[in-house]
Amino acid sequence: MHRWGSGPCGRLQRGDGVTAKLIGYGTYLPRYRLAGSDIGLRGGDRVVASFDEDSTTMAVAAARSAIESHDLPDHVYFATSSPAYGDKTNATAVHAALGLPAQAFAADVGGTGRSTIAALRLAAGSGGLAVSADVRVGRPGSADEKLGGDGAAALLFGEGPAIADVIASVSSTSEFLDRWRAPDSVTGEQWEERFGAQRYGDLVSAAAAATLDQAGIPEVDHVVLACPNTAIVKRAATLIKGAVSTTTSPIGFSGTADAALGLCGALDRVEPGQTILVVSAVDGCDTVLLRATDRVSNARQRQSLRERREGGLPVSYLTYLAWRGLVEREPPRRPEPDRPAGPPAARAADWKFALTGSRCRECGFVHLPPARVCRECGVADSMSPVPVSRLGGTIVTYTVDRLAYSPSPPVVQAVIDVDGGGRCTLEIADAEPDRLAVGARVGFTFRRLFTAGGVHDYFWKARLADPAETEES
Amino acid sequence: MSSRGIADKVAVVSMGCTKFGERWDSSTDDLLLEAVGECISAVSGLSLDDVDAYWLGTLGSGQSGLTLSRALGTEDKPVTRVENYCATGSESFRNACYAVASGAYDVVMAVGVEKLKDSGFSGLLRADPPSDGTAPELSLTAPAAFSLLDPAYCAKHGVDPAQMREAMTHVAFKNHSNGSRNPKAQFRSPVSKETIDGAPKVAGRLGVFDCSGVSDGAACALIVPAERATEYTDRPMYVKALSLVAGSARGSMDPGFDFTTFPEVVRSARDAYQQAGIDDPNRQLSLAEVHDCFTPTELILMEDFGFSDRGRAVKDALVGEFDADGRLPVNVDGGLKSFGHPVGASGLRMLYEAWLQFQCAAGERQIRDARTALTHNLGGRPGGCVSFVSIVGTELGALKR
Repeated sequence: MHRWGSGPCGRLQRGDGVTAKLIGYGTYLPRYRLAGSDIGLRGGDRVVASFDEDSTTMAVAAARSAIESHDLPDHVYFATSSPAYGDKTNATAVHAALGLPAQAFAADVGGTGRSTIAALRLAAGSGGLAVSADVRVGRPGSADEKLGGDGAAALLFGEGPAIADVIASVSSTSEFLDRWRAPDSVTGEQWEERFGAQRYGDLVSAAAAATLDQAGIPEVDHVVLACPNTAIVKRAATLIKGAVSTTTSPIGFSGTADAALGLCGALDRVEPGQTILVVSAVDGCDTVLLRATDRVSNARQRQSLRERREGGLPVSYLTYLAWRGLVEREPPRRPEPDRPAGPPAARAADWKFALTGSRCRECGFVHLPPARVCRECGVADSMSPVPVSRLGGTIVTYTVDRLAYSPSPPVVQAVIDVDGGGRCTLEIADAEPDRLAVGARVGFTFRRLFTAGGVHDYFWKARLADPAETEES
Repeated sequence: MSSRGIADKVAVVSMGCTKFGERWDSSTDDLLLEAVGECISAVSGLSLDDVDAYWLGTLGSGQSGLTLSRALGTEDKPVTRVENYCATGSESFRNACYAVASGAYDVVMAVGVEKLKDSGFSGLLRADPPSDGTAPELSLTAPAAFSLLDPAYCAKHGVDPAQMREAMTHVAFKNHSNGSRNPKAQFRSPVSKETIDGAPKVAGRLGVFDCSGVSDGAACALIVPAERATEYTDRPMYVKALSLVAGSARGSMDPGFDFTTFPEVVRSARDAYQQAGIDDPNRQLSLAEVHDCFTPTELILMEDFGFSDRGRAVKDALVGEFDADGRLPVNVDGGLKSFGHPVGASGLRMLYEAWLQFQCAAGERQIRDARTALTHNLGGRPGGCVSFVSIVGTELGALKR
C-alpha cells in the first residue's frame, strides 16, 4: 500500500510512499503543425496529431522513447482524457506494442491532468511506466483549438540509478466548475475563465509554499506549471518563480500529458543537483518536487522536447478538421474497409501490435508477418520470434495510391527491407511523397490505420527517418 | 515443376464473347446468355443439351454452379464454379479442357462472366475473410500494387523514368489503337499520347489510361476431344499447352525479390513452352494476348516471356516490336486496357481473339497467317500471384519454327 496523501495537514496533504526511482523519461510530439494564421494566432503554429494517431498510439511512441536502453517495465499506467476505447482497457494496446510479458500489469487511469498525477504516483510506488497522452480537440475558433496541443510523455520508475529523486509532494482537491466535457462530446467547455483563475491562483500559491516548506528549501530552480485555465498559465511566472526557469508545456495545454510534458522538458535541460517543482493545477493542485542527480546528463531523451517542437509538417485547416471529424470530405469511390476481426487480431497480436515476425531456425529466412512454414526452405514449425519495431529499414519500391480508401487519402505504401533480414509492405506515416525514394531509410511507428464498425485498426507503419536521426543511428 | 500437359488432346470448336463495357442494361444472366448463345449458334445443329458439363469462372458475380445453370436453364448438368483471382476465366477453361482430356466428357463448355459495374465503386472489389487488419492489400488498390513495378524497374535497369513513362504511354497508346479496330472492345476511340500522359494520376505514376477498363462481359469456349473437332468446325483451335502456377507469395517478404519480374509468370511460361515444344517464342508465336492490367505489367511480361531481353522491354516497346504490325503483335484485340477487364471473362476473351485470328475473322486487325497464339492471365499482385499460360494453334503436331 503506497500512501501519497495521508496525514492531517488541512487542505494540503503530505505525500510519501515513493519506493521506486525516476530512471527514464521520453516524449512524443506529432509531426503535423496547424498554421497559427488558420486558427487566429498571431504567429507560430499548433501541434496536431495526424489522422492515424490517437492517445494510444502517441502513448506507445512516448513509452518507446522512455524505455529505450532500460529493462521492460512490469507496470504500465496510462492516463488520458481522450481514450480510444471505453469499456476496454487502452493500456493493453500500449502493453502489447511494447512487447511486454503477460504478467506485466497495464491499466488506464482516465479523466484529466489529475489522472497523470495518479499514474505517476502509482508508477513511483510499484515501479513501471506512467504514460500520458491526449488529442486535444476544440471547436473551430475555440481556445482549445488555438492554445491546445497534442502529445504524449512517459516517466519510467524503477530500481535502477535515479535521474531525479522525489523530495517532496503535496496534494489538495477542490470541487468547482472550470473545465468539463460530456463523455459523448469531443470538444469541451469552460466556465468564465476568471472564476477558475481565482480559485487556481490560491491553490497554486498554497501548494507551492507547502511543498517548499516540506522540503525545507527557500526556492526551486525550475518550475513547471500545468493548468487547463489559460489565465493561470499566463500568470505562471508571477505565481511561482523558479530561480532558473518557469515553464509550461511547450505545445500549449495538452490535457493529461500537460504536466508530464512540462516535467520532461525540464529534465531535458536541468543540471545535476538542481530542483524541479511540478505544479499540476487540475480540480485542486498537486505538486512533485524533484532534485536531479548526476545521472541526468547522460539519461536525457534522444531528441529533446524543444527539438521535437521545432519544424514539423504543415497541414491545411480543412484537412485537420476532417481528421478530427469536424467536417466530412468527399471519400474516394471505394468501399470502406471491414472492421478488423477480434479472433484473427488476437491470434496475430505479436505481429499486429508488436511487429514481431519469425525467423526460420533451419535456414534463417525472416518472415514478416510470421509464418509456420518457411517460404525459403519449406520446413514447418521451426521458427523463432524476430521483433523488428526498433530496427530500421530501406525502401525497395513505393507508391502513392489515390484510389484506395483512407481516412486521409492518398495512401502511401512502401516495400521495406528490414535491417538484418526480412521484408514487409507497410503504409508510410507522416508521408512526404517528395522525399520517397528507392533506398530511403525508414523506422517504424505504431498507428491507427482506420476505424471501422467502432474498431480501431492498430498496426505499424513505416516513417521516413529524419536526416538527424539517420546520422545518430 | 513438371507437367505432361495435354497437347493436341482437346480442341476448341466454337466460342462466344459479348461486347465488353458498361453494360448497364444487361444482367449477369443476360451476359451469360449472350456469350453462350453466340457460341452454340455458331455450330449448326448444336444445342445446349449437347453440352455434357460446364465450368464457370467468376470472381464475384455469383456463387456456385447455380449461377450458370439458373441463367441457362440447364437440366441437371454438372456445373463447377471456379475462382482464381484475375486468372478466373482461364481457370475455367483449363479445368474444362482437363475434363475432356480425361475422357470424362465429350463436350464441355468453359464460361466466364463478370458484372463489375453494378457496384458503383471504382476498380475491383475484394471479398476478404475476416482478418486482423494488417495485410497491405487491404489498403492498397490493384493499380497501386502494380505501380510498385515502375520505380523498381527504373532503379534496377538504370532506365530514365521519363523513358519508362514514354514506354508505359506507348503500351496504352498501342492497346487503345488496337481496341479501336475491335467492335466488341469497351473503349473504341484511339487515345493520343498527350491525353494518356496528362490523365489524372491514380497510383504512383499510373494515370487513368495506364489502367485496364473496369467492365461487364462474358465469354465462353466449347471444348471437345481433338479427334472429333472437325465434326464441329473446319478450323479447330487445338490446345497445345496449359500451365498454372500459384506462387508462395514470398516476394512480399523476400528481400531477394526486386519487383522487376513475375517469377510465377517465368515458371508458367517455361512449363507451357515445354508442353507445346516452343524453344523460340519470338519466331514460333503469331500473336500473344497477355495480362496488361496496367501498362508496366505488359512491359515486364515481355521480358518474363522472353519476348525481350532483361532490361530491353522499354526500348523494344518504343520501337513498335509489339505493335499490331510489329515483330510479335501483343494484345492485338486491345487487351485488358481497351477491350476491358470483366475478370471472370478475360481469360476466355484472350482465347476468343486467338480463335478469331485463326478463323481469319478478326476484320481490320487480322494478322496474316496466324497459326499459334499465347494467352496469359495473371491474378494477384507483384510478389504474390497466380499465372496462367496457354498455347493454342491451328494444327495438330509439332509447332513449326
